[in-house]
Amino acid sequence: MPLILTDEQSMLKEAAEGFLSENAPITHLRQLRDDRDADGVSRNLWRAFGEMGLAGVIIPEAYGGSGLGAVEAGIVAEAIGRNLTPSPFLSTGLLAVRALIDGGSEAQQTDWLPRFAAGEAIAAVAIAEGPKHRPDRIATRAERAGNGWKLNGSKALVVDGHIADVLIVAARTDDGVGLFLVDPGVAGLLVERTIMVDAHNAARVDLKDVSVDADALLGAADGSVLDRVLRLGEGAVAAEMSGAAQAAFDRTLTYLRDRTQFGKAIGEFQALQHRAAHLYSEIEITQAVILKALQALDAGSDDAALLLAVAKARAGKSGELAVQEAVQMHGGVGMTDEFHVGLYMKRMRVAQELFGDAGYHTERVARAGGY
Amino acid sequence: MSDLDIFRAETRAWLEANCPPEVRGPAKSEDDAIWGGRKAVFATPGHKLWLDRMGARGWTAPEWPAEYGGGGLSREEAKVLASELRRINAQPALLSFGVWMLGPALLAFGTEEQKRKHLPEIVRGEVRWCQGYSEPGAGSDLAGLQTKAEDRGDHWIVNGQKIWTSYADKADWIFCLVRTDPEAPKHLGISFVLFDMATPGVTTRPITLISGKSPFCETFFDDVRVEKENLVGTLNRGWDVAKYLLAHERTMIGAMGEVGAGRPLSAVARDSIGADDQGRLDAPVLRARIAEMEADAIAFRASLERVGDQVKAGQAHPAVASMLKYYGSELNKRRHELLMAAGGVDALEWEGARSHHGQAARDWLRTKANSIEGGTSEIQLNILAKHILRLPGA
Repeated sequence: MPLILTDEQSMLKEAAEGFLSENAPITHLRQLRDDRDADGVSRNLWRAFGEMGLAGVIIPEAYGGSGLGAVEAGIVAEAIGRNLTPSPFLSTGLLAVRALIDGGSEAQQTDWLPRFAAGEAIAAVAIAEGPKHRPDRIATRAERAGNGWKLNGSKALVVDGHIADVLIVAARTDDGVGLFLVDPGVAGLLVERTIMVDAHNAARVDLKDVSVDADALLGAADGSVLDRVLRLGEGAVAAEMSGAAQAAFDRTLTYLRDRTQFGKAIGEFQALQHRAAHLYSEIEITQAVILKALQALDAGSDDAALLLAVAKARAGKSGELAVQEAVQMHGGVGMTDEFHVGLYMKRMRVAQELFGDAGYHTERVARAGGY
Repeated sequence: MSDLDIFRAETRAWLEANCPPEVRGPAKSEDDAIWGGRKAVFATPGHKLWLDRMGARGWTAPEWPAEYGGGGLSREEAKVLASELRRINAQPALLSFGVWMLGPALLAFGTEEQKRKHLPEIVRGEVRWCQGYSEPGAGSDLAGLQTKAEDRGDHWIVNGQKIWTSYADKADWIFCLVRTDPEAPKHLGISFVLFDMATPGVTTRPITLISGKSPFCETFFDDVRVEKENLVGTLNRGWDVAKYLLAHERTMIGAMGEVGAGRPLSAVARDSIGADDQGRLDAPVLRARIAEMEADAIAFRASLERVGDQVKAGQAHPAVASMLKYYGSELNKRRHELLMAAGGVDALEWEGARSHHGQAARDWLRTKANSIEGGTSEIQLNILAKHILRLPGA
């Protein structure tokens, strides 16, 4: 398959970028932050995602979605990254949908997927626990209790957990890690909103003897559904980071052309030109491997996991370079809250930790290589 | 089965039947490289057979039109051929400046006669080409070149000196930049000409490099007669041809580390250093650097593929070759630094019974030229800043 977008994918990209830059540019994030919005995301915007067909991009058509794949999910995520749009697209439209498609019963899919596709419901997937992404060390337990399960443990970085209509919690059973559908109102569940450094929202979730029915377990408790959720998350967050890196870089290039010192544009100085050209190369190469990884994920290729590890590692490194150069090249104004580049730097830091940072994924490359 | 699946099955069967055992598996030394030409030297009869069979099929230049001897394959078919060649670890059937550089320029700028004469000879590996670009006074500032061609009616008389001419002493023909209008601004007085290296007045002198090898030459022209029919493109507009060809050269140099790369760096390191009780390379910092390098190499290969697909779809910026050249050559230098670190003492032995002729060290030193030849890394960054990023004053 050629490593370029098809005509349909290009149209989706144009539609997503047009929609977000018009309805949810960076000023939208600023407003939610400065108004100390109770939700931290706009439910109206999420419904508009539904009307545009973006909320249900990977939801099967039978449930009101578009039935598209990881490449298309990446296209929307990239547009979100460019605009720093806070939305439940990742938590609900991708992660929860993936878990329900792969592990949910017909009834569970019928219950949730059409409402996700319409942007009417929000879900959150609780995987992370400690300070670093280590899905192999999930300590939250699920014990069999009567006909159902009893969950105990603590979750962190549960994106959109504070406003979720339903939670999907990763917990360890005797067989392996399973994903459990949990009603946020259930006894023993405590959800605490955490406003992150990037003005996006997550939650800490504590589970104390939380009881769920037997059918709350999505698919098998052997880690397979979790793995599929992780792979999609890695690809989507890498794509979002790539969009954010590109936008920060574009703003920096504009600044290099417009800002004058010593009687000329600072972009005339070779010291800055070479750094900008190096950064361009890093961003381009990262974009190529992200697209390749998403295509491999859609094709079910054997090398998809390795390519996704490379994609997320590279997104972390080139993204970090992009925002650091953006602030440095903007000079003093780059340090101000008023200029947007600082927001890109903050978002990049959070996205780095989502589904594992560059170090975590570089380690996976080494293990995949058997050394 | 799709057409592409059928093509894959047929290609696999043909390669099984026609790829000699001597050219399967990593090259043992650079003597295995097949360069062709009138003075061709083959490591084994199997190497010659491999070139002859692949050349006859046009698969040394898979995407060139069949009417000029090429394979006439689509981009997707060429990818299938490349993956089938990788599958059996086949060594390249031909390394050729003709295929990588001159051919694309002739296809774009050459006359019908020039294409019919030169392209089939290139595909079959019958004529080996070298490139006459750099001069002692014209390196990064290539357009400052001084080799002059005087108009004598039906021919030119060329005088001057080139330097860093790769394998000039082994080449049969040269594609060469000469100044045909000394009065014009420097970019507008250059022409692109072809001539036989056996023409009277051409001499070459190999230059010994830090690797101890002499892949480059000084090349001297004393009253060399060049026929007018050997002008490629328009008189005095050779810079356009030169730039077009440079884009192909840069892509080729950028990809050099990724094609025909020997054993994976991690395998070399494991054999040399060993593993800890968990199977991890027993040198944690080196292990991390190797993993970063391999991740970057995987991403870079995706980028090479993507740019190739963009070119085919007419979506590529012409200057993107400078990105591939810059990144690929820096990556290859990193790879060989790590190979030296992985090899340790063994990689230092230049001569001696177990030294393998100092191959690791010589290859490491050779890669230092990657970011100089074909335009330095700094020149590539200048080009990116000017043509893609459109920064002022660049």
